[in-house]
Amino acid sequence: MNTKSLYQEVILDHNKKPRNYGTLDKASHHAVGHNPLCGDHLDIALNLEGERIDGIAFHGESCAICKASASMMTTVVKGKTRADAETLIKEFRDMATGTLDLEGQHHLGRLTVFAGVRDLPTRVKCAILPWHTLHAALNAVTTISTESEDDPMHAPIGDA
Amino acid sequence: MKIIDSTLKPQFASTFDIDRVRADFPILELQVEGKPLVYLDNAASSQMPQPVIDRLVRYQTTQHANINRGVHYLSELATAEYEGSRRRLQRFINAREDREVIFTSGTTDAINLVMHGYGRKFIGAGDEIILTTLEHHSNIVPWQMLAEEKGAKIRVVPINDAGELLIDEYEKLFTERTKFVGVLHVSNALGTVNPVKEMIAFAHARNVPVLIDGAQAVPHMTVDVQDLDCDFYAFSGHKLCGPTGIGVLYGKAELLERMQPFKGGGDMILSVTFEKTTYNSIPHKFEAGTPPIAAAIGLGAAVDYLSSIGLDAIAAYELDLLNYATEQISCMPGVRIIGTAAMKTAVLSFEVEGVHPHDIGTLLNQEGVAVRTGHHCVQPVMLRLKVPATTRASFAFYNTMAEVDAFIAGLRTVQKIFM
Repeated sequence: MNTKSLYQEVILDHNKKPRNYGTLDKASHHAVGHNPLCGDHLDIALNLEGERIDGIAFHGESCAICKASASMMTTVVKGKTRADAETLIKEFRDMATGTLDLEGQHHLGRLTVFAGVRDLPTRVKCAILPWHTLHAALNAVTTISTESEDDPMHAPIGDA
Repeated sequence: MKIIDSTLKPQFASTFDIDRVRADFPILELQVEGKPLVYLDNAASSQMPQPVIDRLVRYQTTQHANINRGVHYLSELATAEYEGSRRRLQRFINAREDREVIFTSGTTDAINLVMHGYGRKFIGAGDEIILTTLEHHSNIVPWQMLAEEKGAKIRVVPINDAGELLIDEYEKLFTERTKFVGVLHVSNALGTVNPVKEMIAFAHARNVPVLIDGAQAVPHMTVDVQDLDCDFYAFSGHKLCGPTGIGVLYGKAELLERMQPFKGGGDMILSVTFEKTTYNSIPHKFEAGTPPIAAAIGLGAAVDYLSSIGLDAIAAYELDLLNYATEQISCMPGVRIIGTAAMKTAVLSFEVEGVHPHDIGTLLNQEGVAVRTGHHCVQPVMLRLKVPATTRASFAFYNTMAEVDAFIAGLRTVQKIFM
């Protein structure tokens, strides 16, 4: 693929002006995700009202792919139920690793701008890190690493 | 008014037949993403010239058998070629004797050998090991394991903002408990060339042995272990135009003889009964099991190849590359060089304002340019210089000034995308 097509305007824009960037005053769930291979880390806090994600924010140090992925993720899951978020997490992961049929049924919408990472094996983790951190937060795991055995990345998401 | 003759081409100090050199490296003809490959990841691993590839093929085609065993033709031939390669390596680093050259799987393996063979025997509770902030993880972690096992302490030589060791601080770290010094010759992340000869002399005046991690030095300068007077010198084959899976530990014979074996097995013994095993003499004491014979012979061919070009000529040419690249990158707004030591090899680590190294690496790859991004296995250096990660372009003698231009043009494209 043409790598430049991954660095599309929407991704560059979210990298430059990340949405929901910062911390939450009131958070019920929280997790930190690490990628020790590059030193990147991402802090995600969210507030659940019943089963609904009422508020979400993130901050941290990361590459453009990771930051844009986190930014777009927060805009998409805000207001959704925990179950809907888990569905998106699974679909995003499948898309990034190349196992999702993009022509088939899914709920990713404009998140498909990240489909190109499946052709860049070293960058898949950058795109997925925010989603795995969200999964960890929803499941009350406070820290995850892309390189640890218990990283949800190594386990089927949605079956947990 | 200064008169500038614009017809003059840039003058470089070195004379070097770069076209002839490049013709020896078939991989340099590759196209990546539709562009000519610009390989600037030489500090991670170098490419292999045709004479070394040919040597591997010749060995596998006409010379292979296990060594030190059979009385048959092939076994004797393979043994002679393997030992011949050891002598090539001996000459390459100017070791006194060929038995001071031990084949290992690489630099990491060589350092672990010293930790197990020397450290576990001669370093005890309360003893101190001096390392430097610049060390690669491979010259930190084995010593931490030893320190934990024995109750020994690690003392660390600090660096300044340019990435140079503070030699005054090094000298102050010595106490009567200092039992060992480990220091890298050249920093893989920053290119800093350390004054190891002076550091060794200082340690020896206090009867402390010194291990030099030379992985990033031997491909880029003449290394003479007798002149340095180091006790151990470790390096890898694959950074030296040789194969992976092979490296060398040089050690002074009298030290190697006093050390305990690292790995047990065949070849490293003279006799074995269940009551008592007698170890073989050096270097065989440290080469248990069947070694990577082909790789060792390939490495012999690689150092012959490098010697035929001349390490001094290589060093001079690479300095021209470094100076040119440094000058070009210094003109770019928003780019900061990390590692500005007075003495450097051709390594250029840098940050681009507002752009993460991983994004730079991915986008440069789109231009055919291969660089390394990340922490380069030196997290203490990154912590000290307060950078989470850098992008690193590392040059070899087969790179060209035109490739520096392609790299700089690629960086400009990256900046444009992120503007």
